[in-house]
Amino acid sequence: MNSTGTFVIPRRNTYWRDVFSIFLQDRSAWISGFILIIIFASALFAPWICSYGPYQGSMSARLLDIGSPGHLLGTDELGRDMLTRLIYGGRMTLLIGFTPIFLAFVIGTTIGLISGFVGGKINTFVMRTLDIFYAFPSVLLAVAISGAMGPGIMNSIIALTVVFTPQIVRVAESAATQIRNMEYIDAARMSGASSLTIIRVHLLSNVVGPIFVYATSLISVCMILASGLSFLGLGVKPPEPEWGLMLNTLRPAIYTKPLLSALPGIWLFITSIAFNLLSDAFRQAMSKKS
Amino acid sequence: MLLYVLKRILYSVPIILGVSILTFALVFMAPGDPISAIAPADAPEEVIQALKISYGLDRPVPVQYLLWLQKAMTGDLGVSIASGRPVLGEIFTAFTHTLSIALIASFLGVGLGFILGGVAGFYQNSWIDRFATLLSLIGISVPHYWLGLVLTIVFSVWLGWLPAMGAGPDSGAFFFDFEHIKFMLLPAITMAVIPTGIITRSVKSIVSEILGREFLVSLRARGLTDMAVLKHVIRNALPMVLAVVGLQIGYLMGGSILIETVFSWPGTGFLLNIAIFQRDFPLLQGIVLILCMFFVILNLIIDILQSILDPRIMRS
Repeated sequence: MNSTGTFVIPRRNTYWRDVFSIFLQDRSAWISGFILIIIFASALFAPWICSYGPYQGSMSARLLDIGSPGHLLGTDELGRDMLTRLIYGGRMTLLIGFTPIFLAFVIGTTIGLISGFVGGKINTFVMRTLDIFYAFPSVLLAVAISGAMGPGIMNSIIALTVVFTPQIVRVAESAATQIRNMEYIDAARMSGASSLTIIRVHLLSNVVGPIFVYATSLISVCMILASGLSFLGLGVKPPEPEWGLMLNTLRPAIYTKPLLSALPGIWLFITSIAFNLLSDAFRQAMSKKS
Repeated sequence: MLLYVLKRILYSVPIILGVSILTFALVFMAPGDPISAIAPADAPEEVIQALKISYGLDRPVPVQYLLWLQKAMTGDLGVSIASGRPVLGEIFTAFTHTLSIALIASFLGVGLGFILGGVAGFYQNSWIDRFATLLSLIGISVPHYWLGLVLTIVFSVWLGWLPAMGAGPDSGAFFFDFEHIKFMLLPAITMAVIPTGIITRSVKSIVSEILGREFLVSLRARGLTDMAVLKHVIRNALPMVLAVVGLQIGYLMGGSILIETVFSWPGTGFLLNIAIFQRDFPLLQGIVLILCMFFVILNLIIDILQSILDPRIMRS
């Protein structure tokens, strides 16, 4: 068991190193990575960057234009600094965009690997049960669950986790079923490895890469959906800054301050493009390697 | 063939049952007693008891479910708490509205996606390929509710060409004349962006995959022109493309809530929004159930069409 373990791990290390070096040659990966680092870092260090607080408003300075003195990107409907709220907003948007995918990745990989490894009737049962979730268009499922549970960050995270878990299970399960019949699994079993060890050492190390790449491609969808829930009034509650919610509260201003009211969406759009480009570059690096 | 169709229909029965269980369970996801979702907060105890009995909430949950299912199968989805009208009727009008913009959006998405994806697949690494890649990246990445706002700003606020909200005069009924199509354009175009991106991407990868197959090399070797080769590519791509398109139409119908909220379009999504915020559970469940049934049946039809186009699918 140990000997197979040490045989497998060094090979994979060079594999990932190669993939990573191809990945680093991609120009769009660099640009999108750079954009994401800026958005992440500014959200993380927001209190040190911003000269205003996210809730600090002034009734006399409502809906100031972009480029007003003291407010680079203007102010919102309650006179709060837009740039400050956009930077702080990244915290919430990234949190509710990431957490469901992370949870779905952990839960989905576990279910998919075990179910695919065990196979047989149990696997059929699990997969057929998950087919039910596929009968729901994802937006509808997210809205229905978080709508029934009521507004709130936790509820939208739960709803989105339910939406994305079945998709990851499907990828994990098909990867596991493919590998299950490989000869080295038989060899490991014959050398006395328990099922748990086989799942942990052989299955996990071989399938976690493709599942991870698939999961990264879901981040932007999840983020847009999460902000969409806030836009509907189902996610983050005011006065918390969140890009989708900001789009919603600025909606009445589209006639008077159209550019200003569209700003939070531009942030969302750029972040989402960057995530998609990064995930594409990653997938390409992996397919080039193999 | 008939056997396959029957098998496929039988296979969707447990899925429909599962969907109905999940839809029924939505009431129990609400915080507190399900009755608190139905009764007003200050209702006296007798009223709550009477409501409980009339909704069957005094019985065990599986019995409640079966009763609900039995009614739902006969088309009785209950009465909307907010409006007091039967849920099915409310949904029907909204459904036609959503279907109309979803169909326009599908035509746009499928048409553009086919052309762009097909050309990009044929002429890889050309400028049109790069353009198509960029467009599909935008289509996949853009928050469509934001795009709806941007289109409203450009075409309604700045240019004043198209109306920003609603479905036009007398929106309770359904019309298809110029006056009403004007109202459909912005929501439909916004809706079309995601499917355009996804269909372009899928068609491109399907076409380039088929172009790499050996039988095409032999066709070209036999001296077939590009047009004749194209015919073969289309024939082989059609079943796969059909699956993508079917899925997208289903997503458009189910995912219309955000766009309909932006444009106040009186469809199922808008109704769903109302149902959620008025805690109107019969209406919420009715909409979810109907949209999912539509999706399941659509998938069924697509699967059967696919097997007609490519009989190999039936055998697997």
